[in-house]
Amino acid sequence: MTTTATGAAAYAPDRGETGLQEQRARAAFWFLAPMLLMLFFVAAWPLLRSIWFSFTDTTLNNLYGGEWAGFQNYLTWRELPSGRIRWGGTLADPAWWNAVYNTVRFAVISVGLETLFGLLIALMLNAEFKGRGIVRAAILIPWAIPTIVSARMWGWMLNDQFGIINHMLLSVGLIDSPIAWTARADTAMIAVIVVDVWKTTPFMALLILAGLQMIPRDMYESARIDGIHPVRVFFRVTLPLLKPAIMVAVIFRLLDALRIFDLIYVLTPNSSATKTMSIVARENMIDFNRFAYGSAQSTLLFAIIFLFVTLYIWLGRVDLTGEGRR
Amino acid sequence: MLHITKAAALRSSALAAAVAVVGSAAAAQGVTITYVSGAVGAAVENFDRLVAPWEERTGNDVVLVPMPASTTDQFGQYRLWLAAQNGDIDLYQTDVIWAPQLAEHFVDLTEAAAGIVDQHFPSIVESQTVNGRLVALPIFTDAPALYYRTDLLEKHGAEVPTTWAELTETAQRIQDAERAEGNSEIWGFVWQGNAYEGLTCNALEWIKSFGGGQIVEPDGTISVNNPQAVEALELAASWVGTISPEGVLAYQEEEARGVWQTGNAVFMRNWPYAYLLGNGEDSAVRGLFDVAPLPVGEGEGATSAATLGGWNVAVSRYGRNQEVALDLALYLASEEAQKQRAINEGNLPTIMSLYEDPEVLEANPYFERWQEVFLNAVPRPSAPTQNAYNQVSSLFWSAVHDVLSGNQSAADALEVLEADLEDLKGDGWQ
Repeated sequence: MTTTATGAAAYAPDRGETGLQEQRARAAFWFLAPMLLMLFFVAAWPLLRSIWFSFTDTTLNNLYGGEWAGFQNYLTWRELPSGRIRWGGTLADPAWWNAVYNTVRFAVISVGLETLFGLLIALMLNAEFKGRGIVRAAILIPWAIPTIVSARMWGWMLNDQFGIINHMLLSVGLIDSPIAWTARADTAMIAVIVVDVWKTTPFMALLILAGLQMIPRDMYESARIDGIHPVRVFFRVTLPLLKPAIMVAVIFRLLDALRIFDLIYVLTPNSSATKTMSIVARENMIDFNRFAYGSAQSTLLFAIIFLFVTLYIWLGRVDLTGEGRR
Repeated sequence: MLHITKAAALRSSALAAAVAVVGSAAAAQGVTITYVSGAVGAAVENFDRLVAPWEERTGNDVVLVPMPASTTDQFGQYRLWLAAQNGDIDLYQTDVIWAPQLAEHFVDLTEAAAGIVDQHFPSIVESQTVNGRLVALPIFTDAPALYYRTDLLEKHGAEVPTTWAELTETAQRIQDAERAEGNSEIWGFVWQGNAYEGLTCNALEWIKSFGGGQIVEPDGTISVNNPQAVEALELAASWVGTISPEGVLAYQEEEARGVWQTGNAVFMRNWPYAYLLGNGEDSAVRGLFDVAPLPVGEGEGATSAATLGGWNVAVSRYGRNQEVALDLALYLASEEAQKQRAINEGNLPTIMSLYEDPEVLEANPYFERWQEVFLNAVPRPSAPTQNAYNQVSSLFWSAVHDVLSGNQSAADALEVLEADLEDLKGDGWQ
């Protein structure tokens, strides 16, 4: 949406410009109008509405009858007769902070691993070898499978009684009794991360591969002529030139990972070790009939993602300019 | 007997096909009713057979929309549809605990069902009555049983356990002996330990059977934090990793049945639907098991407790064909349909007289004993906690799951749970 908006801004008429340019800008506006209108209805309106809901006492049984409730869903307090103060609202809800912790932990670990593996795979696929086209297509399969399907599939594979993973680990003697991967609090998050890494590494690899192919071949040639060690070439040539592509890929994945829902909902539903922000928001909105409370959590989720992305872009840019000056 | 059923199935599907042809010829007056229900076991296949006579009689068509087996998942979807006033679904198959939470979206059936409610168990009809409105008609009831392997018990000279302590001991003994003989996959006891509504049912049974109350009492008081409940949960926690696989903490009904029906469990706690499936042709335990009431706990007020389950049919206020849908609801709750359900699917009827019906008893010999079990069944606290029930249940199953996975002691978990429930209750349940 931002790109469209800046696109429109770029065409905005400057005062004192020629009539032709003004005309072009007007035409551009009309061409963009349907898109902007659609974006307003599918993106801005639902967002604003759920922010509005978060300040009311709406329930699912009475969607249109909610009344203004201020910050009650975010933070309230009540003084008990004993003088103690009791806090309420999302910001005082341990379940919410547990979810925030889970989400951030999941996002950082899974995106980190995906970047690493994605880079390795991209480097491999960038090399010339026979049957490269087929391998490139094959590697995309996990990404092409719908998340629900892959979550179910892995759910069976990770099953403690008839799962193939336990069977394999048992037969090579790595474990001596089957592990209930998705059931145990200490392995549930590992299971989720494994499945997510399996599923989205291809996406990472593809974006990084595109970046790799943008790097001019002659840079490698001149490095080779100068007799520079390949490892050095990777760190001094490939990685810096690849950085913009990686940055974009990471931000896409980070956005995705912070709002992870489907995989966890199917693989480890209700396990407090893996509940993420989206999961608790949905639980409150639908299962517990606390629609406004869930809306407050969605709004906070939006704010947190916004914060992460801003921080990321800001930090990323600082880094880039620093290198540019050197 | 199974062959006969199969032949009957073939006949009725041929009949259904014929009806479909006739139906499309008479499509002018026939309407299509959509019925949404969770699909456990062979529910989808059975449903077609169940409604065939009604379709034939009325010339209407019924489409089943199958939903996930987990009631928690179903509830979420239904709540959304109902809140959006979705007109695509005419009839909802509702869990016994949902009535207070969804009442306002359903048609009042008091008048339409006036003539037939007396045939049903009064407690069930009462559970579906909210503020004087009958919001759903019972189609079958559920009370879990202890499934046990007759062959293994006989082989190792064990009696059917009547207390949880006996069950623990017997399960451990048979499991050890079988494993020593090389049956490495065998487990003593499988049940439903996943963090979901089913765990609330299982844990409520343990606590109630130890005389530890029913989480929230009918008058609204929170009773869950007591020494007997602690004792019950401690015993259950001791099963995980000993007589029950660790994975039981992720099992719902179907996973437990998976282990059981492949012959890898001595005991199973499950609903009656597993009885006929366990005697199916592809079952490894066919003819090798029987069912008994769940064991009794220890201490004051110890009793055998079975959580009252059961399903009902409710007519959506937003459906487009309410009259026809109502007629189908009445059919599904009728003696004719309940009898067929009992024979084909092993579902417990809510109509009292069917417990003496010879055909029903022939298909399900254990029904005779069941009438009593389920007259003493313990309801989940959905009535006193009203709109907060899902939250109460979620807090409860999370606390129990924590205890079972060894993250918390039972005493600590129940103390925190009590405080959480008090917070939730505030000045009173509403």
